This record gives sequence, structure tokens and C-alpha cells, in this order.
Amino acid sequence: MTLINRPPVAATAPILAQGTQTPPPRRGFLRENPSIPWFLGLLTIFTLIVSVLSEGLGIGALSTSMVKILGMTLCLCLIAIAMDVVWGYCGILSLGHFAFFGLGGYAIGMWLMYARTEIVIRESLTGAVLPPTEAELSEAVAAQIFGVVGSSELPLIWSFAHSLPAQLALVVLVPGLLALVFGWLAFRSRVTGVYLSILTQAMTLALALYLFQNDTGLRGNNGLSGLQNIPGLFDIPQAVLAVWFLWASALALGLGYLLFAWIVSGKFGSVIRAIRDNEARVRFLGYNVEGYKLFVFTLTAIISAIAGALYYPQAGIINPAELAPIASIYLAVWVAIGGRGRLYGAVIGAATVSLLSSWLTGGGAPNIEIGAFRLMWADWWLVFLGLGFVAVTLFFPKGIGGLFDKIVRKAP
Amino acid sequence: MSIFARLLPLCLAFALAAPLAAQTPLQDVLQANRADIANPSRGTVGQVIAALMAADAPGTDEFLRQWQDRTVIEEPQTGLFYYATEVEGRQLALIDVDSGFEAARVGSRDVTAIRPNAGVRREIGAALVRFELSAPDPARRLAALEAIGRSPDAEQIALLAASIPDEPDTDIRIRKERLLDLLNARFATETATRIAAIAGLSGDVSTEARRALNQILATEPGIAPSLPQDRNIARVLIPGQDLSREDAYDRLVAASLAPARADRNSIRDGLLAHVADGMVGGLPTHRMSDPSARLAAYDALVAQGLVPPLVSEADIDQSLAGYAFFDAYLEPDATLTDAARAAIEQTDTRLRLFQWLAISLDALSLASIFFLAAIGLAITFGVMRVINMAHGEFIMMGAYTGYVVQTMIPDYTVSLIIALPLAFAVAFAAGVAMERLVIRHLYTRPLETLLATFGISIALQQMAKNIFGTQARPLTAPDWLAGAISLNDVVSISTIRVAIFVLALIFLVALLVMLKRTRLGLEVRAVTQNPGMAASMGINPDRINMLTFGLGSGIAGVAGVAIGLYAQVTSEMGANYIVQSFMTVVVGGVGNVWGTLAGAGLIGFLQKGIEWFNPSNTLAAQTYMVLFIILFIQFRPRGIIALKGRAAGE
Amino acid sequence: MAFKPLLASATALTLLSTPALADCPIKVGVLHSLSGSMAISETTLRDVMLMLIEQQNAAGGLLGCQIEPIVVDPASDWPLFAERARELLTVSEVDVIFGAWTSVSRKSVLPVLEELNGLMFYPVQYEGQESSRNVFYTGAAPNQQAIPAVDYYLEELGVTSFALLGTDYVYPRTTNAILEAYLLSKGIAPENIFVNYTPFGHSDWSTIVSDVVALGAGGEQVGVISTINGDANIGFYTELAAQGVSADDIPVVAFSVGEEELSGLDTSRLVGHLAAWNYFMSADTPENEAFIAAWHAFIGDTARPTNDPMEAHYIGFNMWVNAMTEAGTTDVDAVRAAMWGQEFPNLTGGTSVMLPNHHLAKPVLIGEIRADGQFDIISQTTEVPGEAWTPFLTESATLTSDWETLGCGMYDTATSTCVQLTSNY
Repeated sequence: MTLINRPPVAATAPILAQGTQTPPPRRGFLRENPSIPWFLGLLTIFTLIVSVLSEGLGIGALSTSMVKILGMTLCLCLIAIAMDVVWGYCGILSLGHFAFFGLGGYAIGMWLMYARTEIVIRESLTGAVLPPTEAELSEAVAAQIFGVVGSSELPLIWSFAHSLPAQLALVVLVPGLLALVFGWLAFRSRVTGVYLSILTQAMTLALALYLFQNDTGLRGNNGLSGLQNIPGLFDIPQAVLAVWFLWASALALGLGYLLFAWIVSGKFGSVIRAIRDNEARVRFLGYNVEGYKLFVFTLTAIISAIAGALYYPQAGIINPAELAPIASIYLAVWVAIGGRGRLYGAVIGAATVSLLSSWLTGGGAPNIEIGAFRLMWADWWLVFLGLGFVAVTLFFPKGIGGLFDKIVRKAP
Repeated sequence: MSIFARLLPLCLAFALAAPLAAQTPLQDVLQANRADIANPSRGTVGQVIAALMAADAPGTDEFLRQWQDRTVIEEPQTGLFYYATEVEGRQLALIDVDSGFEAARVGSRDVTAIRPNAGVRREIGAALVRFELSAPDPARRLAALEAIGRSPDAEQIALLAASIPDEPDTDIRIRKERLLDLLNARFATETATRIAAIAGLSGDVSTEARRALNQILATEPGIAPSLPQDRNIARVLIPGQDLSREDAYDRLVAASLAPARADRNSIRDGLLAHVADGMVGGLPTHRMSDPSARLAAYDALVAQGLVPPLVSEADIDQSLAGYAFFDAYLEPDATLTDAARAAIEQTDTRLRLFQWLAISLDALSLASIFFLAAIGLAITFGVMRVINMAHGEFIMMGAYTGYVVQTMIPDYTVSLIIALPLAFAVAFAAGVAMERLVIRHLYTRPLETLLATFGISIALQQMAKNIFGTQARPLTAPDWLAGAISLNDVVSISTIRVAIFVLALIFLVALLVMLKRTRLGLEVRAVTQNPGMAASMGINPDRINMLTFGLGSGIAGVAGVAIGLYAQVTSEMGANYIVQSFMTVVVGGVGNVWGTLAGAGLIGFLQKGIEWFNPSNTLAAQTYMVLFIILFIQFRPRGIIALKGRAAGE
Repeated sequence: MAFKPLLASATALTLLSTPALADCPIKVGVLHSLSGSMAISETTLRDVMLMLIEQQNAAGGLLGCQIEPIVVDPASDWPLFAERARELLTVSEVDVIFGAWTSVSRKSVLPVLEELNGLMFYPVQYEGQESSRNVFYTGAAPNQQAIPAVDYYLEELGVTSFALLGTDYVYPRTTNAILEAYLLSKGIAPENIFVNYTPFGHSDWSTIVSDVVALGAGGEQVGVISTINGDANIGFYTELAAQGVSADDIPVVAFSVGEEELSGLDTSRLVGHLAAWNYFMSADTPENEAFIAAWHAFIGDTARPTNDPMEAHYIGFNMWVNAMTEAGTTDVDAVRAAMWGQEFPNLTGGTSVMLPNHHLAKPVLIGEIRADGQFDIISQTTEVPGEAWTPFLTESATLTSDWETLGCGMYDTATSTCVQLTSNY
């Protein structure tokens, strides 16, 4: 397979050549990554401003739905930097990372639904003449959750749904294991390049089809809903919860950024970039290429799942359509527009495109009159996005982040 | 309704006044059954028909025909029935049922149309059989035969047998004889006749023959202390083996032969009924969240005789041991059921063969659809290593081209003949344009081609939505493609699918000839194997790439017309095929027409095979198929037919 | 289209929340997808709402105010329904919402409505098993569409073997679960019920239609009950026609196919197949004639059909107007109380009544497809009261809903307790 765009290999070559010998003296982590303090600072300021403007804790200039949208956007930024690491740094164009995002959402959603319903059921039975047995309780919960899809049995996959720690562990474990097994099989067979992209796309398609089935036990096309009502926190208004989730999302994004910046800046980062640029050469140098790829694939899958677990309680509903292959392609589009190979690029891409999309299709933008023709943004936005994306690929392969680099480099 | 209520006394008066002479005018007979004729229902129509037949007024058959055809109306004021024919606009000419002359002209809103439903019309059709079996019009005779096929009964045997000798049309005569066999098998009075007729149906896979045999073999479940000798037992059911113990016991309960088992709420309900002062069965109610405490309390209540005792496993075993469970034939004569069973066993062997053939045909048809959708992609992906995510949109473009042509040319055959090359031209042009404008610049960056073409894909999809709307558009097949080709009642395939298969075959041959026998093909193969070397031999890779891409896209356009004919034309139709097409190409092996054929064949047969195992969930079949493909690629990354040599190194 | 400017100004997404306005104008939120896969069905409902509001304003408005429609586009994206509903209730501060089509979109909106005590009218036939304090269901519950259609099969067509074909999502799943239980209770043997689920937009119908035809060999009269949704119907009916399945041999009754869906099909080969609804465009009443005339005048196209959910909005909107007038206020609880027992004439004759379980009592119609894409109404019942909870499934057999006297939408008569005041989403 021909190489994807070749940044100067020279930068990585000296480090590689030293192999396992002592690394060169390293400059400070932060000095090597000047974007980190900038990014974390801006993220903090952003979070503070939103909190102050919010309805829940501040002066009420920002509506709760807007706070939720911003919180969800932060989660999308988190999965975008994960995508950037796996694609922009390691060269694996995964078209399946939204599957992990969705699985994280499903794992936390199961607990949210179960625990909320259980509280409701317990409350309704407090006045009962005979206190309910555990079996009756779980049956009643199942009837509430699955009554809408014409069944009342609690499927086996819901075995741990009553326990928050267990489901939190599943948020990490299920996507992590899936990525590990899938990645092991794929990398072991040396499936690379576009083949791997198609394979990851097939994986998310299979998962979406699987979840669409009612027999799966995750309520089929209806998915899990009412996730914004957090069990035990019924009395706290959504306006406040929205801000809390915004904080959590900002914290996750900040930590995720730090983690990924640390990973891609050290020797490990050099190796994975080298794999991106010339996999065969790295293999001949004695590196376990498959191991590196597998690690990156699995780690980004887990971070994606965590982003999903934070996203869906804000969205309120998750259903299999969220895992459709197209979502993952959009993710790649965000990263490409933002600029691959730079973490802040992914954040810029995800935030810009997703906010712009929701603003333009939500009827927020004024329509433009061109003579007799009226341009409806809701109708034409996708056309412009598609063509704009082609233009970015053709003319600005480094995306918005690339422009940013030029400005920063010119400045000193 | 209120009109009927007011007129009811009038009806009764008519009924009483109607003389019983044979020549009562038809209108009077109708008025005697006015309510049931105006508002017919399957439950009452039998009596009405019987009354009409008994009165035997002249024109009864004509009335039945018109009633069946929904051309009878009721005049709301007088309650009289007329035949109505539309004259112009909303005007109806009312024709007197007795004289046959036009009685009046009225607006369609001034009368009540009578609309017997399909069930009623079936009954009327059966009643008409006696008049129609020897009707001069062959179509009416055939309609009568169809009516017999739908609601056969014993009386028809004589009528049918009587009409056979005078039947002039050979085809209809054969049909009549066959129906007579079917009727004889079920209703003949002589056992020997029936057995002979049943034997004649042996090995006949037609639906009606199997239906007749299965109706003879209809069973009902039975329970008795010991197997009854006077019943024609189909099979004995042993609880625990042929039916579950629970089901068997439930049958006993349903027959009031055993007390009901406790369902999940009966303990709770029993306890609830006897709660007093916070105590039940001697235990405090707050302990009742413990199932064992509930049981203890319930036992205490049983001891007091307040609630019925629980049915234990031992009780169930004991009850079951006391009875024999069986299915008995409704037909008492064992010789008949034996003959029918022998016949149907004979049929089953052939049936399985035909079913297998039918599934294979379906799979073949699905494979040819996948092939058609994927072959264009195989060319662009295989030859140029270009991932074209907009391939599905070229399929859509072709389908919409077909739709637009159809809106302009009303003749479906002509429009199809024009649409096929036009779809090719449109998609070819779009493909060449895309290659020139976008893909040419990205040959060294295949992953980015994927993303850029995806951008084009969403733009095209949305543009189609803006132009044609989100509603699915019809692409109607001409009449000669609308039917089905059937070998028998089991094996049949719609003509359009056969046409798609033929189209796929044509493309396969044409591509092979083009690649192997023409100068262009030689150049394409050269560029595939080694672009640099090909260029140095004087081949212009740019031109070859452009033409190949156009060719692949053009084929997608033609595939779009074909797919639109059997399914629906929507802006999202391309997206539905794109992932599957990629999988077809990758599974088959890239860069090889035979590979795509193998991939399409594998996926088509696999999908049908999985569906056959689990016919109730098509979605599951698709899921397993995708999973299989993922695993397949892991173990055979280069596909079924792998290229060898330098080109395979990629 | 004349209403576009109105839309544009009304939908401006206000990022900053505005202080509560005076009571005038009265605001009506319209929450129907105008883009995405559901736009095809829901855009029509948006237009109907705009027409009804225009008519009401022309007739002098409501409570002395003009009614202002606030139209938003949830774009067939289920989480977006919740988001847009929250905006409507908190930012635009609407007094009522008319909206949603799919069950999953309704389930997405429900928690927001219940949290903010909003009021919504839901106009589409659905699977039941729900009765929210804040939703009035003007579409059919299963006992107002599915059960009568099955009764028609059993009694009038003598069907004894059933093929339940559906798209794999909640409405067909629940409806089929109810129907299976109902058929078993009517003495149909389990082996005579064939169930199949297909994905959205399914196109490969040949095997499934063959399977259905093969059922006929079992010696029973076969009938198909179709809950196949949307585009997939085109492939399904095309295959039915190609294999020559006539309505006389194997009738198909559909619950999701109406005039709008048939307009994309050549119906000449489908004559005689059935659909069950509470409204058909072919109903011959003066009210319907006036409604169709007004609709054609408003939309400027005499070819556009009317359909059942449009009538549901027509009834719902008029009942809401009357309830507002009676209550004399926009207060949700007062309007809710005034809604119970509201009566309004149907377009098909007779009078609908809003029951205390938030469902309508309305007539059930069964129609046969005609060659012109309309329906011959061959059966029309008197008003059937909608049941929120079906008695045919064990888990809901003891549940009932009565907001007027019990004050509960999910009341368990076995334990005499209110299971919950909110809904299960």
C-alpha cells in the first residue's frame, strides 16, 4: 500500500536509529508540548464562563439545552483526539471508533435505566401490604424497562445492571476487550490500509445491526432512554446537572488531552509515528509493530468509550442508529478538517463542525436570499460540508490546525 | 343506521307479504333480507344466499354477480336495490333489478353504495358456481373454478362433474377435472373414490393439492384416561418427550381435569386476601419480603383451609400419569388418513428438493444483485486501488435517471430501453468528472481518497434529497417484467430478478471480453500490474485511469436502474449498498472480476442460508453474515481469489 | 411555499433565554422532523398545524390572543427531539407542543415534558403501554387499530393462519406481542402464527413472500398482518404483485400504509389488500370534504392526500382550543383537567371523546386499496375507547390509567397502588 502523506521522516529517524539505547536528553514535557498549557487554560476558562452564564449555577444567560450541547461537544472532542491518535499519529484509519463510543454509552445507560426504575418501583411498593420479594422487584423492574418492547424478562446481559461499579467497569472492559480481540485478529493478519478501514466499518455495522435486534435485550431500535435522570439525584434540577456534566466532560477532556500528549511526545510517540510513515521499516528495526498498534487501538477505544459514557447521560437517549457506520466516518471528517497529527486540531475540528452542524440544521442560521432562489441552510448544509471537505482534503491536507501552525510559526 | 331502524317495520311487512310462489319478483325477495344485503357480513350472508336460492326469483344470478362486483346500491328513501352504472361525473344510472331498464339517474351521494367485503364476496362467488360453471364466457367459468378452489364443499362435486362433459375449452376442462379430484379427495361419499383421488395427489407439490391433503390430516389434541379405541389417533404424546410437562399439565387444567398450578402471583394474592392486623398466616407482614416466610405463611393458611394447596411437582406427575395425551385426526376413517399421509410423505421428498431449488434461486438472485452493485466498485478499487465511497451515489444517480426518463416517457418498455444507456452515460460522465477533479490529485493518498469521496457522497445524497425529496420514487417495471416465472407453486422467481441475473451475466461476459480481448483491456491490465512500467511502454495511465473510473461508475448507474426496478428509489439507496459492495469486493479478492463473482456468490448464498435457519429474523441473518465476513477477512485477507505477483504486494 | 418566511423567523434559535413574555400571543410548538428520514411523513403534519393555527387566528384567535406557531426541526435525530423540546418549553416558553411521529422520538421527549410539566399532543398510531401525565395520544392505541383488524380477519375473512410481518422496531414488536397473545386467546394454534422481522428499508422480499405463500399449503386460510414501515413497503408490495398474491387468496392488512405511502406505488396490482386506520381520505362526510378543500387551498396542490395522523392533529388541536377556552388560562394543569371529556366531531362521522387515560375514543375503519390509491371503506365501527394498557399481555393486564379520578397513569389494580407518576421511557 502506498504511504499516506509523508511528513519528513528525518525528524523521527535519529530517535529510531538509537533503538533501545539511552534516549537523548529530553526537554521538559510541557516545553516540548507548548499546546498543553494553552489548551488546558482555554478549557478551564471556557468551563468557568459557561458555568457563570448557566441557568443552573450562574446568571442564566445560557439556556440549559445550550449547556448540554456544549457539554456533549466536549465529549465529542475527547473521542476526536482519540481518533487523532489512532489515525493521525498511528496511521490506522479506523472507521469504527463510534462503536466504542456507543458501547460506553450503552454500558452506563443500562445502570442509569435499571437503577432509576428500581428506585421508582421501590417507592411505589413502600405502601404495599406485603413487602415485595427480590424476585418480584426485579420482575417489576424488567416489566417497566421491557414493557415497551413487549416483553418482561430481564435478559442475561442485564445481570450487572444493578451495580454502578460493575457497569462502570464494563464501560472500559467491553469496548476494551472488543478492540483487543478485533485488533489482535486484524493486525495479526497484517490487514492494513483501506482493508482495515473497511473491516472496522464492517465491525461497527455488525454491532449496529446486532443492537437493532430486539432479541439482543437492549430494547432494539428504541434503545435506552431517559438517561438524563440520574438515579438518586432526582431532586437536582437538570439545569444544575447539566453544569455538573459539563465539568465532568471538561475534566475528562483535559485528562485525555494530557494522557495522549504524554503518549505521543515520548519515544512511544516516535515509534507509532514511524509505523504510520513506514510500517515495514519499523518492523525490520525489530519493533513489535502489532503490539504498538494493538495498544494504541485498544487505548483509544477505551477513551472513546469513556467519552460515550459521559455523552449519553447528557443526550438522554442512546439507540443503535448512533453506532451506524456513517457516524464513525463523520468522526474521521472532523479530525481531517481540524488537522491530523495535532491533538488540538482534532478538538478544533470536532467542536467547529459539530456545533456548526447543529446550528445550521437547527434552523438557527438565517437563510440567504440569492435573487429568486432561497438558500435553506437545513437543506444545503450537508452539500457544503461534503464539498468543503473535498476541498480541505485536496488543498489543505493539514486542516484548520495546519493554518494555525503557520500562524504560530510565523509569529516568533 | 337510523334509517334502517325506521324502515324495519316496513321490511317485516314486506317479508310477511312476500308470497311464496316461485315467481316472486327479485326485488321483493331482496327486500325481505334488506338489512343483511345492505350491510353484508360473512356470518349472515349464508342465510341470505340460501333465502335467495330458495326463492329462485329470475335474475338471482345476475344480482349475485352485481352484488359481488359492488355495483348494487340502495335507494335510502325507499330502501329499494338497484344496479348502478356510472354515466358521467358523479352521476349514476339506476337499473331496476327485475326489468333491467334504467329507472332513474341520481348523484352518487344520494344513494348508499353496498360494499360486501372479501369474505362475503368469496361466499357469493361460491354460490354463483352453479350458474357460472357452464357460462358461455370462459373468464366467468374460470372465476367459478377459482371460487371452488377457495371455498370447496361437497355439493360442488355433482355440479362440477356435470359440467365437465360439455366443456369446450381443453385447458378449462383439465382444470375442472383436477378440481374434481381435489373435491373428491376431501368430500366424496365413497371411501374408494376418496382413496383413489388421494393417491392421485401423491407427489403433487402444488399448494392446493398439499392443502387438500393437510386438511384431511387436520388433527385436534385430546386427553383421555387411556387411549380411546374409537378415535383415529394421529400420534400419542408422552409428557416430557413430545410435549413439556408444563404444557401437558396445562392441557389437563384447561380440560378441568386438574387444579391450576400456582402462577407467579397466586401465593401473593392468597396471602393478601388474608392479611389481618399486620399478620398473615401467623407471621408479621413485614417479613413477607422473604420468599420462604411467604411459603410458611401460605402453608399455615392452607392448614386452616383458607387457600387452596399449592400444586407440587409430585402432584403434577401423579396427574400426568393418570392420562394419555394424543392428537387425533378429525377424519375418523384411518384408511383415508393413512392414504393421505402416504401421499404427503411422497410429496415431501419432492417438496424438499424444490424448496432447496427455490432457496438456491433466491440466493442466486441476491448474489447477482450484489454482483451488479459491486462490479463497478471492483473495477475502480481493484484496478486503481481507489476507494470510492460515492459509488453508492452513482447507483442512486442511475436509478433517478431511470425515474426521470419514466416521468417523461409514459411507455415503460421504451423508457427502460432509453434509461439503461442514459444511466450509464450519466454515471460515466459523473465518474470521469470526479476522477479528473478530485481523485487524480489523490492517487498517492488512498486513505484520503476514501474521505474525499465520502464528502462527495454526502453532498450528492443531500442534493438528491433537495431535488427529488425524501419520498421513495417509483420505478415501475413494464408489464412483461412485472410477473413471475414459476416452475410450480414452490419454485417461482419474479421476472425482474431473472432480468437482473441476465444483466449481471451480460456485464460479466462483457467485462471479461473487454479485459482479455481488447486493446483497452490490455492497457488496463498493464496499468493494474505496474503503472510505472506501463507508462514507460507508451500507455497513458491518466487516460486509462479516467476511462476505467468512468466505466466502473457507468456500470453502477445501470445497476441503479435494475435495483430501482425491484426495490425503491430513494436518496439513501446507494448508502444501503456501499458497505455490502465493499465487502463483496474484499471477500472475493481485489482486482479480479472472477473474485467479485465469487464474493457475491458467497455472500448471497450465505445470507439465504442463514435466513433459512432462522426465517423469522432477517436482521439476525445480516448480522451473522457481516460477522462471518469479518472473520473470513482475518483468515484470508486477500480474499477468495488472490492476485499473485507484484500487484498483490500492496 | 408561502409559509417559509414565517418559519424562518419563528425558528431562530435563541441562545439567550428571554424573560417571560406577557400572555399574548399564545405559543404553539410544532416538533416535527423537517429533514432526515422521517421528514417525508412529518413535514405534512407541520403544514397541517400551520393551517389549523391560521384558521383559528382567522376565526379570532384564542382567549383574545393570536396563536403563534413555533416550528423547530428535530431532523429525525432522536436525542435532538429532547433537546428541541427543552428549548421549546424553556426558551420559547410554548403553551403546548404538537409533535413526534416515531415511538422512539416520543420516548425521547417524554422525560423533558414530565420534568418541565409541558403538554404534548401525539398524533400517530402507536403500540400503547404508556399514559403520560403530559401527553395526549390522539392516534390509535392497539385496540383501536390492530385488534379490530384481527377481528375482521377472524370473523369476516375466516383467516386461521397468520403471518405477522414487521420492521424490527418497537411498534411492530409490541403490536405483534399483543396480537400473538390475542390470537392464542382466540384459539389460534401457535404453529399457525408466523412472525418475521426485517430491517428498515429492506428490499429483498422474495423469500419472505414465498414463505407466506407456502403457509397456504397447511390447509388454513392465510392472512398477513403487516407492520412494515416506510420505504420497505414498496419492495414488499412489488414482490406481492410479482408473485401474483391476490387479496382473495392471501389478504394483507397494513397498519402503517396510508394514502401518503400509496402515492409512491402503482396500486393497480394491489387492489383489495387492506389497511386499518381511524380515518381514510375517501370518507364521505361534509366535515371531511371541508377539511380536504381547506387543505388543498392551504398547500396549493389538489393532488396531496390527507391521512390519519392529520385527522388526529385536527381533532387534537380543536380539543385543545376548546379546553383552553373552557379553562380560560394557559396553565397546563388547568388545561389538562379541561381536556378530560372533551368532545369533537370526527372527519369520518361521529364524535371523538378524550378519555381520562389521555387516549381518544374514536371509530375504527378498515379499507380496501383501490386502483386510484384511495381506500374503499368496507367497515366502520362506532367509537372504540383507547386502552393505554393492553389486557392481553400479562405484565400490563392489571394496569390501568385514569388521571381524573385515580390521578395516575400506571395504576396497578392488583395491588391498588400507583406504580409511578412519571412514565417508563
